[in-house]
Amino acid sequence: MFLWTLRRAAAGVVIVWLVATITFTLVSLAPGDITQTTAEQRVPAAARERWRHDFGLDRPWPARYAAWLGASLRGDLGTSWAYHRPVTSLLGEVLPNTALLASLGLILELVGGIAVALTQIRRPHGHADRALTAATLTAYAAPTFLVGLLLLYFFAFRLPIFPPSHMHSPAGELYRGWPRFVDLLHHLALPVVAIGVTGIGAVARYLRGSLLDERMERYVTAARARGCSEARVVWAHALPNAALPLITMIGMSLPFLVSGSLVVEVVFAWPGMGQAMYEAALARDVPLLMGGTVVATVAVVVGNLVADLAYAFVDPRVRL
Amino acid sequence: MSPRLRLGLIIFGVLFSLTIIGPYFAPSPTEIVDPRASGALPPGSRRSLVYRTDGTVLAAERVVQYRDFVKIVRQGKQELIPTAEVGKVEDRLFVLGTDALGRDVLARALHGGRVSLAIGTLALAATLVVGISLGLLAGWSGGLVDSLIMRAVDALLAVPMIFFLLLLAAVFRPSLAALVLVLAASAWMGVARLVRGQVLSLKEREFILAARGIGASPVRIAVTHLLPNALTPIAQDGALRLGDLVLTEAALSFLGLGVQPPVPSWGNMVAEGQDLLAAAWWLTFVPGVAVVVTVIAAALVADGLSELSRKRGISAA
Repeated sequence: MFLWTLRRAAAGVVIVWLVATITFTLVSLAPGDITQTTAEQRVPAAARERWRHDFGLDRPWPARYAAWLGASLRGDLGTSWAYHRPVTSLLGEVLPNTALLASLGLILELVGGIAVALTQIRRPHGHADRALTAATLTAYAAPTFLVGLLLLYFFAFRLPIFPPSHMHSPAGELYRGWPRFVDLLHHLALPVVAIGVTGIGAVARYLRGSLLDERMERYVTAARARGCSEARVVWAHALPNAALPLITMIGMSLPFLVSGSLVVEVVFAWPGMGQAMYEAALARDVPLLMGGTVVATVAVVVGNLVADLAYAFVDPRVRL
Repeated sequence: MSPRLRLGLIIFGVLFSLTIIGPYFAPSPTEIVDPRASGALPPGSRRSLVYRTDGTVLAAERVVQYRDFVKIVRQGKQELIPTAEVGKVEDRLFVLGTDALGRDVLARALHGGRVSLAIGTLALAATLVVGISLGLLAGWSGGLVDSLIMRAVDALLAVPMIFFLLLLAAVFRPSLAALVLVLAASAWMGVARLVRGQVLSLKEREFILAARGIGASPVRIAVTHLLPNALTPIAQDGALRLGDLVLTEAALSFLGLGVQPPVPSWGNMVAEGQDLLAAAWWLTFVPGVAVVVTVIAAALVADGLSELSRKRGISAA
């Protein structure tokens, strides 16, 4: 198992390198660069050339790639062209914001999804089950931006009980301690629900199906024959087995904590990774784009690895 | 056929026929009708359109024609226009209202649906072609070819897809064709993995061995033996993927990186309507619901197909 982990880690390093290389190539070969996206048309050509020289854009892309790779191997992701600040400190600023929003969204999605599926499974094909099946299908099918906009409409405009955007109220930056925390929670509510709603749909739909399958298994019949209560049958026998693939799903969602929900961050003006990458892509800010891509790819690779390890840990049938 | 599959297919049928045939009967999606008087009319509004000879259009609540002039009531105010300046007068019902520029929302939803569904369907077709061919190739040949293809799949699956799409869309400013390719580039890996798995499990079965024994070519085996047997899982996966692709296109267009105005798509219609959310809910609601209905239909088809294959599995066992 140790060897397996080692091999997977090595493969992961290769994957991160591959992704970084492909991304760098794409960004470098595409027509246009930052001096055309952000500079005013009036800027004289000589100034534009000097600017390109400062960013090293006048050198051939293999040379730029080599320089970027060398520096990042030393842990230096460069300086953002648009913000004129080190990429690592920029990412360090937005990552916690994204992780906070995404992890709460993920928790809501899992807890909500499991709760809904367990409610449905009490009387399969009953009225409650049918209503919830329709509801989860709709939630699953709803685009996140639409859910976000509807939440904004109903709970920020029609019934202004939640703030429509940002992490803190304008005055909130001055708060300290408890009031600051409450202010943050207040701002978190809508974006977390926006992420959670579509997620609940997916988790509940999946879990309901696999719980129904598990109920047909013989070990469930055996448990019933031994006189287990229905609650015990579901909680202690069926749910752990039905939820096994959820572990893979959670592992697959780890990268989500880093890359976040771009659409939700844009809709609610949440200062996170998605927003930063969105703006970096529009501005062709290569160092920031590359830094963000590398960090997010590392998260995907680590997430998959952790998911596989966790799976092997909880399911003794799986050998690595 | 299970009820879910039937319902899903019916919804798809309605959506596709509406968006394919509908635009021929609907007014132009780019026609701007009197923004001042007809900007963001609620659904069900009725207006008399007065086409003037100078090319402008007035949307009037009431029109009375006299011999020398036409009296119109526009935004509650009376105006008199000499008959010579009036081309034609036409009553129009704005079933789903108009947007802020005075464009017919129903017309835009139908045209936009044509764009969104065409992009989704074509992207799915490209995804299936690439995914199925590479999956067949990897599963059938094994060895080095298999490793190369599957490592590429692993690497691409490790790319945070939304960033990848963002990057491609922002850097290449996609035309509709490029958008289809970009979407397919982000989706084929799952299909390749699925098809490879199917090939691996079928490869050693007797009927395949027999086909090889009588000297059938790999292409013939793939087309007549492998694919028909893997059809149900591929179709099920494809249905779900169509929903995903429509959602992704909508999200990209919503962010301003997909279909570019003035061409309407459900995603950019929501984006254009979001600023007027409080004043004109139908601008976001109509295209949004269209996306939801499409994805629901896709999920119903996928569910129905999986029920079908499960039943078949039980009756075969």
